Amino acid sequence: MPLRTPLYESHLAAGAKMVDFAGWDMPIHYGSQIEEHHAVRRDAGMFDVSHMCALDLAGADATRWLRRLLANDVAKLAVPGKALYSCMLDESAGVIDDLIVYFFTPEHYRIVVNAGTAEKDIAWMHAQLAGFAATLTQRRSGPDALAMIAVQGPKARENFWTAFPATRAATEPLGLFQAAETGGWLVARTGYTGEDGFEISLPAAAVGTAWQRLLEAGVKPCGLGARDTLRLEAGMNLYGQDMDEKITPYEAGLRWTVDLKDPARDFIGKSALTTRQPRNQFQGLLLLDRGVLRAHQKVITPLGEGETTSGSFSPSLNQSIALARLPEGIAPGSEVEVEIRDKRLKARVVKPSFVRNGKPLL
Amino acid sequence: MNTPTNLKYAASHEWARLEADGTVTIGITDHAQEALGDIVFLELPAVGRVVKAGEECAVVESVKAASDIYSPVSGEVVEANQAAADAPESVNADAYATWLFRIKPAAAAACATELGGLLGADAYAATL
Repeated sequence: MPLRTPLYESHLAAGAKMVDFAGWDMPIHYGSQIEEHHAVRRDAGMFDVSHMCALDLAGADATRWLRRLLANDVAKLAVPGKALYSCMLDESAGVIDDLIVYFFTPEHYRIVVNAGTAEKDIAWMHAQLAGFAATLTQRRSGPDALAMIAVQGPKARENFWTAFPATRAATEPLGLFQAAETGGWLVARTGYTGEDGFEISLPAAAVGTAWQRLLEAGVKPCGLGARDTLRLEAGMNLYGQDMDEKITPYEAGLRWTVDLKDPARDFIGKSALTTRQPRNQFQGLLLLDRGVLRAHQKVITPLGEGETTSGSFSPSLNQSIALARLPEGIAPGSEVEVEIRDKRLKARVVKPSFVRNGKPLL
Repeated sequence: MNTPTNLKYAASHEWARLEADGTVTIGITDHAQEALGDIVFLELPAVGRVVKAGEECAVVESVKAASDIYSPVSGEVVEANQAAADAPESVNADAYATWLFRIKPAAAAACATELGGLLGADAYAATL
């Protein structure tokens, strides 16, 4: 029996085509994936992301534990509500998951992990908690379950305030990667689309009404299909596709998330990271010939072979794009070939960020 | 689901129509375009290519996935729909008006047998 979020009935009512995603029955689109994509780039769209798993961390050792658990350093979080993106590594520096952690106090944090990896993550985290005075509580099911909606696009915040005027005072001053609690909701200026907007965590019982209010405020429901092309254009990794335990953050283009500034901090995977030589690098590809790039296609370069990890048609560029792992030394601007069926198509290597805030970056 | 009764259907979701000049026009069904979602690229067979019934000879790519298209009949490709290749979304708009390619069968009798082996509208609709 597939799992359902509290918005399941709302999706059906909006005409969603439902598919299985990591064991969850989720909307892939509500008619046209491309229209939903454009809604987020040009106006405002919303995604049900309640399948992702929120965890509350509390205890005297919460900060000390996160500084051991994560490759990024929560010590840099000083303002309550500030969010941090990080990889959680295993001892060999492979990526167990990528996640967002929100700081409230040095004894209290919220962590949001991916849907498909939540059980694995929680088991790993519990094992690492031994010897630390901290407790971890999942908020995806049970009486305190949270639901999550991502409202994204240039008009996302305005439309959100139209739907919920009482939240405006607390959320208008929020900078990027900053969250505030208002009326029992956590509203964060974060997302996975390359556009401005909010991610809202709220009690599961309230989410049906909230979704309806956002619909009435003109926010278009968007499925996982558009979510994937939006994040691909933004050059964001999808865990399980662009990275996993076999890959280090350095090979996933996430060097910026590994914080080595404090030499005294010994996070899990640190020693392996400093000795393990990256085998390849993370780049973007723009297909010059006609066709559509997909994951796991062979890339032929003058310095050896690489592989695409995600690929699709970019609705914003009207051209196919991909994320790829390529041999070290292949720089943006190089031309390479991609094997698609029985053909070799030309592609240009580009920085893995194609579209931001509605504008092509190429 | 829209399944016109004047067409024949393959279980792999192509439609075929025998024309007055003996050629066979081929496309994908409304069900197929709906399942694929927004179509963004068509790879059509080269004119002059000789194909056997059941042979892979075109690819329809949506944002989400690539799908192989099999020729329901044997013969020579005499035309590919360049207008469709230039505007792949027209397959979503009308899968029966937007044909993909035309086959000229080598022998009319063999072609009739191949077409006879395909499904009628009701039989195809029953598979969905």
